[in-house]
Amino acid sequence: MAEVRNLATTIFSFLPEAEGRYMVISGIAIITIVALMAIFAPFIAPYDPIKSGKEVLQPPSPEHIMGTDNLGRDIFSRIIFGSRVVLSVVLSASLVSTVIGVPIGLISGYFGGKLDRVLSMLMDSMYAFPGLILAIAIAAVLGPSVFNAVVAISVVYIPTYFRMIRGQTLSIKSQLFVEAAKATGASDWRIMRKYIFPNLIPTLVVVFSLSVADAILTEAGLSFLGFIVSAPTPDWGFELASGRPYLPAGYWWMITFPGLMVMLLSLGFALVGEGLSEIYAMGRER
Amino acid sequence: MLLEIEKLTTVFRTRRGVVRAVDNVTMSINKGEFVSIVGESGCGKSTLAHSVMRLIDPPGEISGGKITFDGVDLLSLSDEEMRKIRGSKIGMVFQNPMTSLDPLEKVGDQISETIMEHMDVTKKEAWQMAREMLEKVGLQPERVDSYPHQLSGGQRQRVMIAMAISLNPKLLIADEPTTALDVIVQEKIMDFLEDMKREGRAVMLITHDFALAAERSDRIAVMYAGWLVEMGDAETLTNDPLHPYTKGLIQSVPDVWMDKDIKPLPGFPPDLINPPEGCRFRPRCSNASEMCMKEPPEVEVDGRVVKCWLYG
Repeated sequence: MAEVRNLATTIFSFLPEAEGRYMVISGIAIITIVALMAIFAPFIAPYDPIKSGKEVLQPPSPEHIMGTDNLGRDIFSRIIFGSRVVLSVVLSASLVSTVIGVPIGLISGYFGGKLDRVLSMLMDSMYAFPGLILAIAIAAVLGPSVFNAVVAISVVYIPTYFRMIRGQTLSIKSQLFVEAAKATGASDWRIMRKYIFPNLIPTLVVVFSLSVADAILTEAGLSFLGFIVSAPTPDWGFELASGRPYLPAGYWWMITFPGLMVMLLSLGFALVGEGLSEIYAMGRER
Repeated sequence: MLLEIEKLTTVFRTRRGVVRAVDNVTMSINKGEFVSIVGESGCGKSTLAHSVMRLIDPPGEISGGKITFDGVDLLSLSDEEMRKIRGSKIGMVFQNPMTSLDPLEKVGDQISETIMEHMDVTKKEAWQMAREMLEKVGLQPERVDSYPHQLSGGQRQRVMIAMAISLNPKLLIADEPTTALDVIVQEKIMDFLEDMKREGRAVMLITHDFALAAERSDRIAVMYAGWLVEMGDAETLTNDPLHPYTKGLIQSVPDVWMDKDIKPLPGFPPDLINPPEGCRFRPRCSNASEMCMKEPPEVEVDGRVVKCWLYG
């Protein structure tokens, strides 16, 4: 145990001894576990996730630690494979949102003027919709598929990145070193790339973790409504939907475990985001 | 003439109205000349300097006049052409050295980037030049590897100067370069600016410290509420000020060695959205008369320009 502790201290030595440190460490631990699950799914899963069995609706037992579903499939194995869908959909959607939201936020904040007003208005009107509702609307138009879900979720989170990055850019832009750089003849492109963007990274990391946490819930919602995968592909949100009719009859394990996993993964990203933002806040106070 | 400013007007269009921060200012700087612009906070001296660099951001705007630098009409240049002049032909040093360097970049990176922006050199050569520049401003060349937070305020200001002069500009604009520094460091920075002058560069120093301007410059321009109220040879202007405002400024400078009475100037500079009618200094002026309800002319009195009815 002491060795594990020492190892952890070494790995996380880049984090300052601040309030948020343990939040970040536990968040990273959760994310790492889920990521390992997704990567090594075929080696970890005790059963085939889509093969039906004769033992239907079995409660958790040593053979099936999370029980079996109405078709006799091992829920634990389905959860392990389901992590692949959640992680790939949410991470690629968030990456797309970042790649689109960050540059336009930066340009909008930096240049200001009419362009900024138009972009801000557009983004604010998108932001006004509840995330899940907007995602459902887009997914419903595009039709159910993993790719379309990525599109829907990424559109929903672009305004989040845009707003944060634009705000930060406005505050960094007014700093004297930006004006000093202009006075040395730096081009707008160079100022954005070399002087403003690097100073945005701390904010970006925090916003990314927090919005991934939120996107996980949105993904689960879309999946629950059948907008992402279809049977028999396992996905956590989808499991919730298929287990729901059996809950009143007392088969609680069909939805409890996928639900817990959604919550846990979302919590992991939220912990990292909140913890880091606390650490950065400490750094600013000093 | 290296720099000629003619009837320059820079306005800020605010919600409350139009502020004429620099109003109809005409002045010039010769090659190798040290000129100081003095005045209270908010009198337009910084705006004047920023106008020369064309670094006026909206809602500000240069609304009239002409700036000729080294034979080139700066206001007619495209943004791209102006960008090439900034840093290479005109260097600028800012007031607060604590925040005018990017906290995330090494000093050497910041200097060498400036060099590479204007010269066709490799990164290695630019770093070598950065080392030489640091040595020139009295820092160890190894400082290229330092981050701004590892340097003191005086050292940072030297880095800023190194950056501003790295491309051998003909004009160096220093916007209150020593305001945030203690007097010893101030002395060294000012010595350095004088060295710049000896090398044939023109220096435009923006300051509110009249004593400092009097001690260091060849000529002094006094600004009040956006107007250039008096400009002339530093020594004559200090010994025999013409404009009542210049007189007031000089009388309000404390002197440690002489037991002289400090006469503070009563009142505050006017609100530039609603400046007083006629002469803008009228409400604070002890010589004000009927005449002063009209805008005073700019008159030349023994080689000096003064904007006052007393000499009109």
